[in-house]
Amino acid sequence: MITVQHVSKHYGHHTALDDVTFHVKKGEILAFLGPNGAGKTTTMRILTCFMPQSEGMAQVAGFDCLDQPMEVKRHLGYLPETPPLYPELTVDEYLTFVGRLKRLTPRRVASRKSDVIDQVGLGSVHRRVIGHLSRGYRQRVGLAQALIHDPPVLILDEPTVGLDPKQIIEIRGLIKSLAGSRTIILSTHILPEAMATCDRVVIIHQGRIVAEDAPDRLSSRLRQSEKMSLTVKQPLPDWLERLRTLPGVLDVLPTATPNTCTIDCQLGQDLREKLSQFVVSQGYGLLELKPLSLSLEEVFLQLTHQEENAGLGEPNPIDPMGQSSEQPPT
Amino acid sequence: MTPFQTILAKELRCFFVSPIFYVVGAVFIFISGLIAHLMTVNAGQQAVRFLQIQNTYAQLNLNELVFRSLFYSLDFVIMFLLPILTMRLFAEERKQQTFELLLTSPVGMNELISAKYISVLLIYLGLLSLTSLTPLLLSFYSSFHWNPIVTGYMALALQGGLFLACGVLASATTENQVVAAFLSFGMILLIWLLGGLGSLVGDTTIGNVLSYLSFSEHYDRLVRGILEVKDIVYYLSGIVLMLFIAHRVVDSHRWT
Repeated sequence: MITVQHVSKHYGHHTALDDVTFHVKKGEILAFLGPNGAGKTTTMRILTCFMPQSEGMAQVAGFDCLDQPMEVKRHLGYLPETPPLYPELTVDEYLTFVGRLKRLTPRRVASRKSDVIDQVGLGSVHRRVIGHLSRGYRQRVGLAQALIHDPPVLILDEPTVGLDPKQIIEIRGLIKSLAGSRTIILSTHILPEAMATCDRVVIIHQGRIVAEDAPDRLSSRLRQSEKMSLTVKQPLPDWLERLRTLPGVLDVLPTATPNTCTIDCQLGQDLREKLSQFVVSQGYGLLELKPLSLSLEEVFLQLTHQEENAGLGEPNPIDPMGQSSEQPPT
Repeated sequence: MTPFQTILAKELRCFFVSPIFYVVGAVFIFISGLIAHLMTVNAGQQAVRFLQIQNTYAQLNLNELVFRSLFYSLDFVIMFLLPILTMRLFAEERKQQTFELLLTSPVGMNELISAKYISVLLIYLGLLSLTSLTPLLLSFYSSFHWNPIVTGYMALALQGGLFLACGVLASATTENQVVAAFLSFGMILLIWLLGGLGSLVGDTTIGNVLSYLSFSEHYDRLVRGILEVKDIVYYLSGIVLMLFIAHRVVDSHRWT
């Protein structure tokens, strides 16, 4: 549905995008993840024909962004980072305006308008002036605007930025409910968001794609040892040393929580059974034993760290994630 | 509805809900009414004086005494007011980020710019038509030639059209509305002063070109009731040129 091949974008001497290639299949939700200024918005602006790329080829729904911009624009809905709203219009007037701008017939505008108002939950405010709406409602109006012409492709630039936690959950639910019939690209620098909503994550850093995979596979791919978290009731003073002597255990680290430690095990070995037997036989009182996986935050830090160290030789990604992996992924 | 009509309708609606339009409209109508009143009173006083000196009744030339001064004054008024009307056209779209919506919708750049220009032109012509109350009222009490009044209004319409096109261009260059207003005011003044520069240079080729580029001689002829194709061509080509540059400027934002 969306094809980006070897796309680069230069602003004078500054390279915003450097040889970016990715594909999005029909019905997929792809997250674009990266720190601010990584090139997410630039990529989206190229896909929406807002700006042309310097090199490479971008296609949306089978139409080329440079050669057939009108067709591309008809097939996609775009929510920029700041929702493009006219504060002096009412929600109804605004959606009618956008619908006509997208070349819908008057009858279709009316039916689509009531559909999207229901879909994004604007029923109670659709007669109000946009300037008087709260941030959450404005974001929904922005989303309604992107959906009004029922586009097969949706491009959402940081759709949950600036919303409160409840609104974030609602918007995420809405995005998930849109999947299936639509192909969605969303950008975010909030990692749990990508975990929660997307089928696939593209991590972009300094204009280059540094990783691309399903969120869970990304974390397992970068793991260099199996990690366990162990909590017991009444440990003996030397319990950490005793644990360390078990075969397969690489290291045992105490954590900030009392009576809890993190155990590094050799890759590919499941030591849960042995560990639990040991703890029970020593009478520590086993409370919890669970495997830890890398959260996307760690994956992200690790990848961007690798990227920066790439010229300096061997990447050393373990340290930055050492402390944070005590928390289970959100 | 084509996108052109859609944008035109939306622009007109935005004018009618914005305080700027009402302030500009009120100021324009009040000032033009006041000027017309002053000119008429002045004409009456001159008539009385004439009667006292000559002791004869003379037919006063209202075209000379009232309307010509009125058209010159209104020219000055729109020079200040029209930049205020045009300043928001593109600057506001860029500030509110709605520019991205327009450019990512299946709408051509020509449609966008012409719709915005026509909307503000309609608003201006609407305001201008309200000042026609002066000749209508005076026609009940006196007689005068209608032809110079018609060409005078043509001059005001074309002059305003040129100012508005300058304003569209100025608004396209910035996202700050105040900067846009001052920029278009500066452009209008510059075009005006080219005439002064032309007469300073004298009757040489450069002098004539400069005088031609300024609107003063073209406006002057039309207000005096002289209708020539070259003056109309001057205004229309000026408007097209300004809008064309505005088109290039708006398009260039996509490349940066």
